[in-house]
Amino acid sequence: MEKLKLIVGMGSCGIAAGAGKVFEKLKQLKTEELFDINIDQTSCIGMCYREPLVEIIDNNHSYLYGGIDENKVEELIEHHQKFHLPIKEWVVKTEEFTTQDNEFTDSQVKIALRNCGYINPERIEEYEAQKGYQSIKKIAENKISAQEVIQSILDSGLRGRGGGGFSTGMKWRFARNSQNTEKYIICNADEGDPGAFMDRSLLEGDPHSVIEGMIIGAYAIGATEGVIYCRAEYPLAIKRLNIALEQARQKGYLGKNILGIQNFNLNIYVKEGAGAFVCGEETALIASVEGERGMPRKRPPFPAASGLWKKPTNINNVETYANIPWIILNGAKEYSKYGTEKSKGTKVFALTGKINRGGLVEVPMGITIKDIIFKLGGGIQNGKKFKAVQLGGPSGGCIPAYLDDTIVDYDSVNATGAIMGSGGMVVMDETTCMVDMARFFLDFTQKESCGKCTFCRIGTKRMLEILTRITEGEGKEGDIEKLEELSYQIKESSLCGLGQTAPNPVLTTIKYFRNEYEAHIRDKKCPAKSCTKLLTYEVIAENCTGCTICAINCPTNAIDGGKKTIHFIRQDACIKCGACFTKCNFNAIKIS
Amino acid sequence: MRIQRISLSKQKKQDQEVDLSLLEPLLKKYKGKKGNLIPILQGTQNLYNFLPQAAILKISEETEHKLSDIYGVATFYAQFRLNPVGKNIIKVCHGTACHVQDAKQITTAIKEHLKIEDGQTTEDGIFTLESVACLGCCSLAPVMMIADETFGKLTGKSAVKIIREIKKKENN
Repeated sequence: MEKLKLIVGMGSCGIAAGAGKVFEKLKQLKTEELFDINIDQTSCIGMCYREPLVEIIDNNHSYLYGGIDENKVEELIEHHQKFHLPIKEWVVKTEEFTTQDNEFTDSQVKIALRNCGYINPERIEEYEAQKGYQSIKKIAENKISAQEVIQSILDSGLRGRGGGGFSTGMKWRFARNSQNTEKYIICNADEGDPGAFMDRSLLEGDPHSVIEGMIIGAYAIGATEGVIYCRAEYPLAIKRLNIALEQARQKGYLGKNILGIQNFNLNIYVKEGAGAFVCGEETALIASVEGERGMPRKRPPFPAASGLWKKPTNINNVETYANIPWIILNGAKEYSKYGTEKSKGTKVFALTGKINRGGLVEVPMGITIKDIIFKLGGGIQNGKKFKAVQLGGPSGGCIPAYLDDTIVDYDSVNATGAIMGSGGMVVMDETTCMVDMARFFLDFTQKESCGKCTFCRIGTKRMLEILTRITEGEGKEGDIEKLEELSYQIKESSLCGLGQTAPNPVLTTIKYFRNEYEAHIRDKKCPAKSCTKLLTYEVIAENCTGCTICAINCPTNAIDGGKKTIHFIRQDACIKCGACFTKCNFNAIKIS
Repeated sequence: MRIQRISLSKQKKQDQEVDLSLLEPLLKKYKGKKGNLIPILQGTQNLYNFLPQAAILKISEETEHKLSDIYGVATFYAQFRLNPVGKNIIKVCHGTACHVQDAKQITTAIKEHLKIEDGQTTEDGIFTLESVACLGCCSLAPVMMIADETFGKLTGKSAVKIIREIKKKENN
């Protein structure tokens, strides 16, 4: 009988949820020889809502367990060693039987994430075993020309997954056609969109697929140097990328005359970003790689003609590159089977917010928002009402619940006023205030505006001031119109995507939730009961049992009252955090 | 724009304590390479935990970069700090997912507890409180990060508890 094998999901969020401790515990159990086991690690499996995740392979049967902490793991091993059967109620995924989490996995099609959570990202052999580096070998062996590679990508219909949605094949063709001996290929891994972690998971879980995508891209356009611009906030991704690059170099996938292709030389290195959202814009990113302030410049010339160090440069997003090897290996036709007429393939989303099953999902284009939220996501937390979903982060917008039949493809999402974006999907329920949401995003873009264009620099600040005023109960008649006017001016007069899209969160919330703005301005009320300045917390005397839970949880000790006496909130000390309201089990806290 | 980051008045006597010889290997490694300014500044910050004025002057003397350019880059990126920070930086995530899950109350509770404002350092130099845009652990929202450890699914109370424990350890 083979040894039990345990694989721990060690992505950043897995580690934050306690996977590191589980792994340490397993190592300890192994060295103490308490159990005869093999242990290994993989990265993000995507089921973040059940972290920490541990997969057990017992006699060629695989069971993925969720919610396993360092204490549970011992019990799990004992059980498996004794009975060689799973603890059914802990299993989240297996081929053997259906679990309640099947809905999460069943609607997914994994192309970009094909290896995430299945391989150990720190070992190139495991990637190779999953047909890794077969695509670039296929190109070398069959002497497929650069033009043919570009044609395949064009035929596949792949569009930029960073949010722009520009045809990847076209981009490559422009860069190919630029006449110059020196060309660059850049991977944009500056995932600054708050609420999105697709690129991080991909880089942590399957760095080689991104590197292979870049190698193929470099071959297609004729680049000799590659840069992966990764944000410094992702230390684990940077570490795994550097390991992967070193392995690729040793195996000859990078270097000179790669795989025997004459004059195909390529080196790739990682460049750490320094924390500026605007550097996700390609010309700003190039300025940052050159060591300057990351400020965008006018286009044309486009990077395909004059980019890094004024040489032709191709920039794609992490997820775009991860798709490339699959397309080359399986053919453009196979890829374009998925999706809609103008948006082919799949898209990865980071599903977060007030949702039951949050995590990383890859779905075919054309799926409805309703299916993602209620089928995959398992609906809204605590049985609350679904209000809106935010797509595209600070550049995107909110799609209201009544438009949940909207299908996910570039054109349908754009028609709502939101954008597809890089894949952040934040779900909101009835307790989220849409005016506050707009204020939140404006606060972000206002800070991140590089300051080059006047309208973006000052306009966003003015908009933020108005929005802050509204959420604090000092809104005036005419504020909504002023916001709209400023929005259009900023959109018209900004150089780059940051400014052109910054007003989107405001415009979409005004479009779909104008009544909430009006309630704030005219009635000085927040319908979602979220804007703290418009609220007061009070104890309802007849419901209070004197259980003291509110007083214990109050961070400022603003609640008076002992055991079995009616409590009282001192308004001068209350910071309106709402902790008492969420903690009270007897509905004894009133918000008004 | 992050204009609040420019606060020259706070450049206190800290510069006297800066050991500039630590910079030598870093400058040697990057000297003359194109696009080297950001890696140099990142390396400097790793050494001192912030960018001391004396170090910036030295970088400008020894490399081809003008003082104004260095200052421009250092104030542009969120990563760079011109003032010393506490031993433990508390990064409270205010990304979209954390915002929706009420990250505000985490910051408020910590502010109340440590009696400092966002971006400030406690008098004993143990903690600095920072708000960051996204730590990428959205499914565990609300989240904060202290040193390399991420804490998820927080409440105001539990965040304060974690900080109390760290302080206890520091005082021992």
